[in-house]
Amino acid sequence: MTLLRLDGVRRHFGANQVLRGFDLDVAEHDVVCLIGASGSGKSTLLRCVNLLDTVDDGTIWFDGRDITDPRVDPDDVRREIGMVFQAYNLFPHLSALDNVTLAPRRLLGQARAEAEAAARVLLDRFGLAEKASAHPDSLSGGQQQRVALVRALAMRPRLLLLDEITSALDPELVGEVLDAIRELKAEGMTILMATHELAFAREVADRVVFLDGGRVLEEGPPAAVLDAPTHDRTATFLRRVVSASSGQDPDTR
Amino acid sequence: MASPSVASDWTPSEVQLERLDWRRRQARRRSTIALTSTVVVLGVAAVVVVSSPGWDRVQETFFDWGEAKAAAPEILDGFWTTVQMFLLAEACILAVGLLVAFVRVVPAAGLAPLKLLAIVYTDVARGTPTLLVVYLIGFGLPALQLQGIPNSLFVLGVIALTFSYGGYVAEVMRAGIESVHPSQWASGRSLGLSYGQTLRLVVMPQALRRMLPPLINDFASLQKDTALVAAIGVFEAFRAAQQESARNFDYTPFVVAAVGYIALTIPVARLTDWLALRAVRREQGATA
Repeated sequence: MTLLRLDGVRRHFGANQVLRGFDLDVAEHDVVCLIGASGSGKSTLLRCVNLLDTVDDGTIWFDGRDITDPRVDPDDVRREIGMVFQAYNLFPHLSALDNVTLAPRRLLGQARAEAEAAARVLLDRFGLAEKASAHPDSLSGGQQQRVALVRALAMRPRLLLLDEITSALDPELVGEVLDAIRELKAEGMTILMATHELAFAREVADRVVFLDGGRVLEEGPPAAVLDAPTHDRTATFLRRVVSASSGQDPDTR
Repeated sequence: MASPSVASDWTPSEVQLERLDWRRRQARRRSTIALTSTVVVLGVAAVVVVSSPGWDRVQETFFDWGEAKAAAPEILDGFWTTVQMFLLAEACILAVGLLVAFVRVVPAAGLAPLKLLAIVYTDVARGTPTLLVVYLIGFGLPALQLQGIPNSLFVLGVIALTFSYGGYVAEVMRAGIESVHPSQWASGRSLGLSYGQTLRLVVMPQALRRMLPPLINDFASLQKDTALVAAIGVFEAFRAAQQESARNFDYTPFVVAAVGYIALTIPVARLTDWLALRAVRREQGATA
């Protein structure tokens, strides 16, 4: 079943057309990886789906409902869509536990005890049991990002948007965050993620989508897109990313 | 396939046009509601005031155009003193506030006695009513009969205002400096900048942006509190209004003075709004 459908989505910033008629289907329980150069519109796309950004044209359907209709209450939609950001965006004035319980308590009306019990289960699952009372500034990047993930999960979203969530992490911390995503996939979570981790995309993605010039240039199973791209631009991009991550040519990063 | 020319030929779809239309109608509805409610509230307030039993008396004694015109030159004269006084006081207050804030922030063991002094000063300055400070400094300082103590009431008034407001401003500045994230100190120092350079070149510019609204707040308050200096006999706007009012036992000069004070603070308020907006724009750029 299709959970999310983008139909001719456009987003312009002045003369800069970031998305020029973007089409995409995400089936329930699928993991879809968005790849493409910086500035290809991956983040804008995710922000549009979470209604943090307003599309200039086109329609986004979530669970059969047009969420780009201005009559839709964005808060309603966002409650069912979790988002995790590249820079974690944890609330620095709250402990890890309070970061996680804020939304369930305020929006779902959960009692503190109930929300905290659920949050502790989640934190424990992602190896953060001891960090519940720590504040974000005292956590490592990997820990902060896992807290951010748990914070999004605490609302029991039907769709998870991940915006290059490992890009700001040290290499040895990337693994722990990717492990968390593997677990979510195994659980059947629907995930739309922008990433530069091609090896990871190959492993977990059901589909890989290559963005170029604000459109889908190529999409399909990871093996097809990553190993046998049909477009030159895809091939060039893949070569660059691979050589950059293997340290051969840092200039192309 | 994805040629740029396709995109530049783009015309909004039916759906998008309908959305834009709906948003426009919503915006129109909101502004209509805002306008109507404003007119109604102001209208009711005006009716209540004008139909009150004492309105004729009030109009005569507070809003007498002839009195206003007669009093205006003297009050304007007073305002010149007011403006001089707060401009001078503002400069002194900024200096005192900055000094006290630095003393309290800088982590140097040798400054311990100064730190204590700074804490005592802010406590006393903020804890004492400004009017009392004006009396104490205006009458007390000259009474000491020490060499070099000024006997100009104007100068004594400025000293009193500086003493009183320096405490508030020092705390605003300290809070601003401490609100800058420690990582900024670390990155400044990591470049080899000294403590003072990091404070001046990295931390203060960021702190200044956050300090600006409360600072302007304090200065707006100061502009009004210059009127307290009338208590020791400085001829400024409030004193002039008092004098004019006493001539015919009419309160219109006070209303004239009030309008003057408002006219002085409004440009400053707009300037702050503009500065804040510009800072946000500059830092966040266009939405990316």
